[in-house]
Amino acid sequence: MKLIIAIIKPFKLDDVRDALTEVGVAGMTVSEVKGFGRQKGQTEIYRGAEYTTNMVPKIKIEVVCDSAMSDRVVEAIQQSANSGAIGDGKIFVLDVSHAVRIRTGETDNTAL
Amino acid sequence: MINKINPWVKAGLVAAVFAYAGPALADVAAAAAPAVAKSPIPAATVNKGDTAWLLISSALVLMMSVPGLALFYGGLVRTKNMLSVLMQVLMIVCVVAVLWCCYGYSMAFTAGSGVTAPFFGGFSKAFLSGVDANAQAATFSNGVYVPELAYVAFQMTFACITPALIVGAFAERIKFSSMMVFMVLWVTFVYFPVAHMVWCWDGPDAMGTAAWHDATKHTKEVGDIIGHAGLLNQWGALDFAGGTVVHINAGIAGLVGALYIGKRKGLGTAVMAPHSLTMTMIGASLLWVGWFGFNAGSNLESNGVTAVAFMNTFMATAAAGLSWALCDQVMHGKPSLLGAASGVVAGLVAVTPASGYAGVMGSIVLGFLVSPLCFFFVTYVKNKFKYDDALDVFGVHCIGGIFGALMTGVLVAPYFGGQGITDYTHTPGTGFVDVKAAFDYFGQFKIQLSAVLITLVWSGLGSLILYFIVDKAMGLRPTEEAEQMGLDLSDHGERAYNY
Repeated sequence: MKLIIAIIKPFKLDDVRDALTEVGVAGMTVSEVKGFGRQKGQTEIYRGAEYTTNMVPKIKIEVVCDSAMSDRVVEAIQQSANSGAIGDGKIFVLDVSHAVRIRTGETDNTAL
Repeated sequence: MINKINPWVKAGLVAAVFAYAGPALADVAAAAAPAVAKSPIPAATVNKGDTAWLLISSALVLMMSVPGLALFYGGLVRTKNMLSVLMQVLMIVCVVAVLWCCYGYSMAFTAGSGVTAPFFGGFSKAFLSGVDANAQAATFSNGVYVPELAYVAFQMTFACITPALIVGAFAERIKFSSMMVFMVLWVTFVYFPVAHMVWCWDGPDAMGTAAWHDATKHTKEVGDIIGHAGLLNQWGALDFAGGTVVHINAGIAGLVGALYIGKRKGLGTAVMAPHSLTMTMIGASLLWVGWFGFNAGSNLESNGVTAVAFMNTFMATAAAGLSWALCDQVMHGKPSLLGAASGVVAGLVAVTPASGYAGVMGSIVLGFLVSPLCFFFVTYVKNKFKYDDALDVFGVHCIGGIFGALMTGVLVAPYFGGQGITDYTHTPGTGFVDVKAAFDYFGQFKIQLSAVLITLVWSGLGSLILYFIVDKAMGLRPTEEAEQMGLDLSDHGERAYNY
C-alpha cells in the first residue's frame, strides 16, 4: 500500500476529487494547511499598514491505495491540480505497512 | 446666532416671556411689565412632532455609541483585545450619562458667572434641579420649544459618544481603571466646557426680544444676551452638530493620548491586522444610520432644515465613501472595504458641523474632498511621524472635523447653496436670513479657524494635563505581560470569543 500526500492549491480541490474518483479512489482525507515554497505570500494593506503573509494557504490531500494503483493516482492528481503557475504544490508517495478498518477489523487492502 | 440653548437661564429672558409666559415662567414674567406694543415674538409652544423627533434622535445617537462605535472599533483590534474595546465604550457611555445628569448638563447649558462664564456654565441645574416634565428648552425658531428633558437626553448622548471616540487612539494598551478615571476628568474639564463654549446661548426669543426693545439693534440689550453665551457662540462660530465639540475635541485628545502612552508593543513587526472587518462594517453602518439622529436631530425641531441636515448627512457620507475607495484603487490598486468604511466615517465627521448650514451639492463636494485628506493622514503622515494612533481617531475625526469646521464657513454661504446665517435681531420674531447680502467669507473663515484653534488648544493641553495626573496617580499602561496576553483576559478575565 502507498500513502500519497499532495499539497495543492485550494481552488483545485474539486477537480482533484473528481479525477481521483474517476481512477477508483474510494476515500481521502483533506486538511487546510499553510506553508511556503517558491510562491511568495500575499500583501495585505489596512489603512496603509502593510502586512506580508509569508505562509500561503494550501490544501493537503492524503490518500492510501493499493501499490498497483499508486502511479495512476499520482498522475491523476498531477494533471488535475496543474494550473501551470508556481505554487501548484507537490506530491509525495510513502510506503504504508499496515491498515485496519476500525468498524470491522479488516486489514490492509480490504480495509481501504 | 446659532445653536442650542437653554432659554431660561438668564433674567434677560424675562421680557421675552412676559406676554405669553409658559407655566414654568409665570413667576419670572411677573417681574417685568414694560408698557409697550405687543411683542412680535410668537407664544412659546411645544410641538409633539418636534418632541418625538428629538427623542428618536436621542435613541439613534445612543445607537451610534453602543453598538455602532463599539463594533466599528472592536473589529479593528486584534481578537485578544476585542472585548476590552466593547467594555470601554459601554462603560464610558454609562458613567458619562450619570455624570451628565449630576452636573454635566448644568455645566454645559446654564450660564456661568464672572470671568469664567464664557468657558464654564453654572451649577444651578445640578442633579437636574428644576428640570421636570413642564420645563422647556428653546430651539432655533422663535416661539418653538421642546421639553427640556428631551433636550437633556439628546445632549447627553453627545456627551456619551465623544469620550468613547478617544479610546480608539490608545486601543490595545490602556489600563481599564485608569481609562475610566481619565474619562471622568476629561468630560468634566474638557467636554462640558467646550460644549458650553459652542452651544450655550439664551435662545432666539431672548435675542429677538432684546432687538425688539432696542430698535437700533446690536446695542446694550442685544449685547447682554450675546454676552450670556459661550465663548465660541459669542464669536459666531458655526458648528451645527458638533464638529468642534465632538470630533476635533476627541480627535486631539486621542492624538495626545497615543503620544503620551506610546506605541503598542510589537508595532511594525507583529501583525496587527483588524480581527473582523465584518464587525467594522456593521459598526460603520450603524454609525451612518445613527448619525441622522446626530445631525438632523441637532436641529431640535422637525422641519425643512431638519430635512436639509438629513440629506447633507446622507450625501456627504456617500461621496466620502466613494472617494476613499477611489484613493485606495489609485494608490494601492484595490478598493478596500476598510477604506470605504473609513471614508463613510470621515464624511459623517466632516458634514457634522456643516449639516444644517450647507446645501446638498456643497455637502457632496465636502464629502469628496475630506476622504483624500484623511487618507493622506492615516496612510502617510502617521507612518512618517510614527505615532501609534491605533484606530485613527486623529486622522479621521480630528482632521475630518477641522476640514468640516473650516468648510462650514464657506458652504453656509447662499452662493454655494448654503442656508445662510440666521439673524434673530433683524426682524424680531422671525428667523431672518439675509440671502442677498454679500457673504463675508474671510470673516467667517477666521471665526471658524479661531474656534478650531481654541478647541485644539483647550482639549490638547487639558488632555495632556489629565493624562499626566492619571498616569502619576495610577499608571495608564498595563504591564508588558498583560498587554501581550491581551486586555480581554488581563483587565476583564473574559474572552470575546470562545470557540
